[in-house]
Amino acid sequence: MSDEAKQPGDSAPQFDRGAEWLRAEGESTDVVFSSRVRLARNLAGMRFAIKATRGDRQQTLDACREVILRADFGARVMWADLHSMAPLDRSLLVERHLISKPHSKGRGTNPAEDPRAVAISVPDERLAIMVNEEDHLRIQCVRSGLALSQAWRDADMVDDQVEAGLDYAFSPRLGYLTACPTNVGTGLRMGVMLHLPGLRLTGEIEKVKRAADGMSLVVRGFYGEGSEAVGDLFQISNQTTLGRSEAEVLRMLELEIIPKVVEYERVSRRELLAKRRIGLEDQVWRAWGEVTNARLLTTDEAMRALSLVRLGVVTGLIRPADVAGQVEEGGAPKKALDAQMVNSLLLFVQPAHLQRVVGRDINQEQRRIARAAFLRERLTGLALDR
Amino acid sequence: MSMKCDHCDRDATVHEVTMRNGVRIEKHLCDECAAQRGVTAQPNAPINELLKQFMTQGITPGIQVVPQSRQSACPSCKLTFAEFKQAGLLGCPDCYRAFEGQLMPLLERAQEGGQEHVGKRPRRMAISGGQAPVAPAPAAAPAIDRDRMLAAMRKALETAVAQEKYELAAKIRDQIRGVEEGRTPVTSAHPPPAKGAGPA
Repeated sequence: MSDEAKQPGDSAPQFDRGAEWLRAEGESTDVVFSSRVRLARNLAGMRFAIKATRGDRQQTLDACREVILRADFGARVMWADLHSMAPLDRSLLVERHLISKPHSKGRGTNPAEDPRAVAISVPDERLAIMVNEEDHLRIQCVRSGLALSQAWRDADMVDDQVEAGLDYAFSPRLGYLTACPTNVGTGLRMGVMLHLPGLRLTGEIEKVKRAADGMSLVVRGFYGEGSEAVGDLFQISNQTTLGRSEAEVLRMLELEIIPKVVEYERVSRRELLAKRRIGLEDQVWRAWGEVTNARLLTTDEAMRALSLVRLGVVTGLIRPADVAGQVEEGGAPKKALDAQMVNSLLLFVQPAHLQRVVGRDINQEQRRIARAAFLRERLTGLALDR
Repeated sequence: MSMKCDHCDRDATVHEVTMRNGVRIEKHLCDECAAQRGVTAQPNAPINELLKQFMTQGITPGIQVVPQSRQSACPSCKLTFAEFKQAGLLGCPDCYRAFEGQLMPLLERAQEGGQEHVGKRPRRMAISGGQAPVAPAPAAAPAIDRDRMLAAMRKALETAVAQEKYELAAKIRDQIRGVEEGRTPVTSAHPPPAKGAGPA
């Protein structure tokens, strides 16, 4: 067993760098944050979450752990038992989109001790396998930018590796059997996280939502189901899983739909620049003023402002030279302002990350102060260029 | 397991199942809420009397009243269909077989008409839930469409290689493989991936 070799000594994950989905590398990163593929899989002969006993859950966990830690995914894999992890660390994983909120919380009568885990490829965080979520296995592969083919290839490979050691619940007619019938078939959810401030400002976003609805796609907010699109961040993914192959869903999203939405957003931005330039400049620079001067900021306020700053950066309304300089005496200039920096700030203003930065648990009011201070600190004394 | 009334916190004692346009609608009510809504069920009453009662109350015929004790449960995990309807989640892989009749209409609606799996299959296949014979490879489209599509895709592949667009070429190659192996259905609505692969 090579368990130990693959597990870091510290059970708490170390996250000092940006996650894959914030890297701003690859195709269409002016609009596309990341591409994501998720596969729902279950073990044959094992009860699903609502009927599983604690013993069943433990058995599933053990079986999956052995196979996952033995498999070769071409990356170092960290296994984290969520039932023995501090709540703040679990929140960090949620904020990094490595586990879902329900998975953080746990299930059953004693959710805190519900046997459940996540396996994460480190340090790239491209792969996350949730064990004992709604399904026994939820394999997630993420890539920066528009790279659905790549994310699908990753997930397909991981799925093959896991399947080599476990019997999946599968029906020739209905495909991969899942706890919720809305996932049965391919068990596939494939989608992208998009930054769509242009479409929001021109009011066209509703049209995109309606169009997506008509094409059996789901449009959701930053943190998935039921969440609001705060910071103009939207997730678009397929809705149906039965009767359409993975290749078909991939082709539809990557070659047809997403490029259209990306182009639509770009057109909106160009239009705003051409016809409402002063209005846009005003909004972008007010947002800059907010993130560099405010003394109290909620997560939503920070995300809304950072969204506009990001728009300013990718459209060239805010150039590194405009905001460079102002280095405090004795301080070295930080790197220049770019999209990646703003992406990373969007993550670090989240409650758990902020507390990780501060180094201790703080309440909501203290977080507002700390968040404003953190942004001021990060956004002053920037370099002229990289 | 007792079920809660749809309208209050008391235990449901009256269970009503209606079929409307092929869609199964269930109501679970306690005595009081049932009385308020004019729904009553006496488990021992002869079925024609029950029907007459519903008719006179103006409720669409086609109603069955299923006493809790007779509700079918999955033999493997004992989940009842009523429990599924409440949670939206099944109890085990065998539930798909146990509730096939009730699930299929729901599935078809949720999956926008999709009834059969198309796509990846495990190499080591543990069959569960599907007593149906192995579905034939999707042969919905006539062979000629398939051949025409494959030919077009191969051409696109050549073009992509000639233009040194290897990412795209790999993508097309995978798609060709998908069609060849019957994993990808051929539909005329989806032409071969031409984006970026055509002549520059």
